[in-house]
Amino acid sequence: MADKLVADKHVRYILMAEKKKDSFESVVMDHLRMNGAYWGLTTLDLLEKLGSVSEDEVVSWVMTCQHESGGFAGNTGHDPHILYTLSAVQFLALFDKLNILDVGKVSSYITKLQNADGSFSGDMWGEVDTRFSYIAICCLSILKCIDKINVDKAVDYIVRCKNLDGGFGCTPGAESHAGQIFCCVGALAITGNLHHVDKDLLGWWLCERQVKSGGLNGRPQKLPDVCYSWWVLSSLIMIDRVHWIEKSKLVKFILDCQDMENGGISDRPDDAVDIFHTYFGVAGLSLLEYPGVKPIDPAYALPVDVINRILLTK
Amino acid sequence: MHGRPRKAYKPEEEAASAAKAVKPRSLQSQFMSNHHNKIYTKEAIELSTKLLEINPEAYTAWNYRKLAVEDRLSRIESDPDLVKSILDEELVVVESALRQNFKSYGAWHHRKWVLSKGNSSIGNELRLLDKFQRLDSRNFHAWNYRRFVVELTNRSEQDELQYTENMISTDFSNYSAWHNRSVLLSSLLARRADGFMPNEKIPEEYKLVHDAIFTDEDDQSGWFYHLWLLDQTVNVETPLLISSWPSHGSRINLSGAGCLNDSSSKLPTFCFESGSFPLILYFDQDVGGVSSSTVKIDSELKGNEDLVWEPVSKKNSQVSCVWVARLKYMSSEPSFRKEYKVNVRIGNSPGIVSSRGFNFNAPYEFVFTAHVHDTVEESQESIVSWTDGFDIWDAQSKDLNSLVTLDQLNTQMDLKWRQEALAEEIDLFHALSDSKIGKLTLARLLKAEAMISGDAVKGVHYEKIVDLYNDLMALDSPHYQYYKDEHSVALLHKVTSSTESLSRYLFQYKDMNNAVCLRLNNLSLSRIGSVEKLLFVQMLDLSHNELHSTEGLEAMQLLSCINLSHNRIRSFSALDSLRHLKQLRVLDVSHNHIGKHSVDTTRYLCSSPLSNSEWTQDEVGRQMPTLVTKYWDAYFVFRDLNLKQLDIAGNVIAGDEFSSFVIQVVPKLVWLDGQKLRR
Repeated sequence: MADKLVADKHVRYILMAEKKKDSFESVVMDHLRMNGAYWGLTTLDLLEKLGSVSEDEVVSWVMTCQHESGGFAGNTGHDPHILYTLSAVQFLALFDKLNILDVGKVSSYITKLQNADGSFSGDMWGEVDTRFSYIAICCLSILKCIDKINVDKAVDYIVRCKNLDGGFGCTPGAESHAGQIFCCVGALAITGNLHHVDKDLLGWWLCERQVKSGGLNGRPQKLPDVCYSWWVLSSLIMIDRVHWIEKSKLVKFILDCQDMENGGISDRPDDAVDIFHTYFGVAGLSLLEYPGVKPIDPAYALPVDVINRILLTK
Repeated sequence: MHGRPRKAYKPEEEAASAAKAVKPRSLQSQFMSNHHNKIYTKEAIELSTKLLEINPEAYTAWNYRKLAVEDRLSRIESDPDLVKSILDEELVVVESALRQNFKSYGAWHHRKWVLSKGNSSIGNELRLLDKFQRLDSRNFHAWNYRRFVVELTNRSEQDELQYTENMISTDFSNYSAWHNRSVLLSSLLARRADGFMPNEKIPEEYKLVHDAIFTDEDDQSGWFYHLWLLDQTVNVETPLLISSWPSHGSRINLSGAGCLNDSSSKLPTFCFESGSFPLILYFDQDVGGVSSSTVKIDSELKGNEDLVWEPVSKKNSQVSCVWVARLKYMSSEPSFRKEYKVNVRIGNSPGIVSSRGFNFNAPYEFVFTAHVHDTVEESQESIVSWTDGFDIWDAQSKDLNSLVTLDQLNTQMDLKWRQEALAEEIDLFHALSDSKIGKLTLARLLKAEAMISGDAVKGVHYEKIVDLYNDLMALDSPHYQYYKDEHSVALLHKVTSSTESLSRYLFQYKDMNNAVCLRLNNLSLSRIGSVEKLLFVQMLDLSHNELHSTEGLEAMQLLSCINLSHNRIRSFSALDSLRHLKQLRVLDVSHNHIGKHSVDTTRYLCSSPLSNSEWTQDEVGRQMPTLVTKYWDAYFVFRDLNLKQLDIAGNVIAGDEFSSFVIQVVPKLVWLDGQKLRR
């Protein structure tokens, strides 16, 4: 049973994983290195260790992933996609380097992905999902040009994806899932539209994700997973219902998912660790006000000081 | 990334992994070269197949295949057999990728893309779906794909409904099937399809879901479906008016700011500096379209033609449950009349519409009398006390008419099937109420029945509901705060269920023309409720409770004094609803938790720069930009209020810097933390 956060071990784990490019694992994850970078670097910042990476090296790598169209790919050579465009922007925001971007170019990539019904496609091949609605809104809000999309229609589409249990799915009629709920609630929060959420109904659905072990699952009758410490928790915070779960039990669950020897956090206790779950575990602890972890913004998924710097000053 | 056991680190494994990586790495770089050079030969395509077999998540490879398909199609001049064979090949690649990882977004989307080019039979697709459903009946990709195929082929909602029933009877523990059922059924009910009338269908559905709830008390699959059925049983689509101030048959005393000439009066008098009083309409759901066309006012009070109705909500919103208009009663001309009858008619003309698109069609008329008093032209700056100067409630006063529930609800519904369904469910859950879900559902059923019953039933029910939530707080302690909130709401229902019980909490404040004061302190309240019954309240004491937000108070437009000391307020953004209270002059938020926590749970529920809402700084703001950034949520709340008296001591945020900030942002402030300010 773990009783503390071994922050230094996690920092080492992330820095080593960043360097490991030869493993089989890193080949099959090659295409989402941009996401991995965002997860790893945000975790470092939350643990006040962003200075451990070479800023110039990573920033110049990011720019090699940008395409003619303005969108970013998951790694050099891959195709652009809205997923990696957001990660790139979030990444640069951490280093306060948004000024190296041609905002017009990035925003036009995103604007072109909005469909007539207000939804967003992930890329030119047309997959539609509310994840992409969140990404577009979050990204353009950070770049302070959200008016370049049709916000009202984007909100309309998200509201169409609201289900009878108060949750949200990836498309109209799709089952509620904590990840999609985070995306839809986050998008509504960023655009000032949380009045579309039935906070009590959704709050109850979300608080019932906490299972006996204290961990959170993503849908009824599923196993708990540390990544839901973020998706469910941030959603609860945005609608002011986080007091409906037992926070101390969740803290314990997350701490139990650490690899106390080698660093890193896994989906469940004693499973293999990875960067994805390390980020979500630390981000979850941040939302639970764990000491030694900087506060993170629940809608933008970036440290509060980064968001305040961007949005509260002219 | 999920569900793999943690293995001890062994250096020889690293070498093995590096060796294993050689082939896919070289495949990948060859693939990239083909892709960037737009090479779509048979060998190149075969290479991408191999790559996707190893890694179905390589999204660029799926993009490449689409380009390759388009390239090949462009060369064959629409020979249907050739087209079919090209597309079939893609479907085979998708199927094999899905066998590797049946949650691959890239694979599913590729299949949809191929299908949208025509080809494949629905039989094939449904067979494929059956295979995946048997592997994992909760696979939402498969369910989404099923919806896609159904739409493409126009399969009927009734047939799909039957499919969900088959899934549920095989295994009730299938939340995905229940969810799909709710989508299909609500669509069929909404369009009144043949055989889908609510009064028949809903009782049937209750029977269907019982197994799912009672077989395993921890299985949540049926819980949310049952809650939806309950919602369908008690909620009416059309909006209803549930409360107003002034209320029908009431008599209100009005004067300007200052003391009354006649100080012997024991009746509460409402004083407004502006010389106009708010007329408040409270609906059961958000509506738009309340205006002087849809609400007609007849009165001898001059100057009230073309009243402007405003929704009590955020700046850009055109809808709200609460609407307010201000009627002028002080005029510059001397008047002979002191008593004015006011007649209000709502909804005689169409135009009031709920945000879900249903018309308000229950026209309502009410009449009240306004008695205007002379004032002595003097206004004191004396501090308002929460402890001294109160009289107990004058039992003679009949101003609790507002507690009479408007009978709109009962006349609108066809009650019989609703009452029967609820009665049956209540019987059933009474017999099985030892489990958490049993008690919780019973509490909700009783609340629903109370809503559509008379006062006698209400009182008894709310007692039982409070007891049930007490049980639940002990039985299911991880969700303690959820049950606590429900308990507070039920408690307030109980308190406001009769004039007799409410009057025990009412007082009158002599120094302010016998202002009506409601004392709800020391009740362990974690949440506010029953506000529609309390619109007549001017002073509200909520001290020594467990509130963390003032959500709900925005409707109480007559509030001039609020005491929130000794609660759990964590930030000023939690007080956002107070910005709508134009009469508020006295606010006590001392001894709370403001500034204590690093996480702000109401940051996005208020109007703020982080939610792309209007944020223009005024003159004061421009003079102290750093402090405004630091205390932005306090700035927002205070600059919209006209406070005379404020208490903030006992909060982490309190101190010299914050005090001097507040003094600048609130120019008319006279008393801060009990001290008179020298300006």
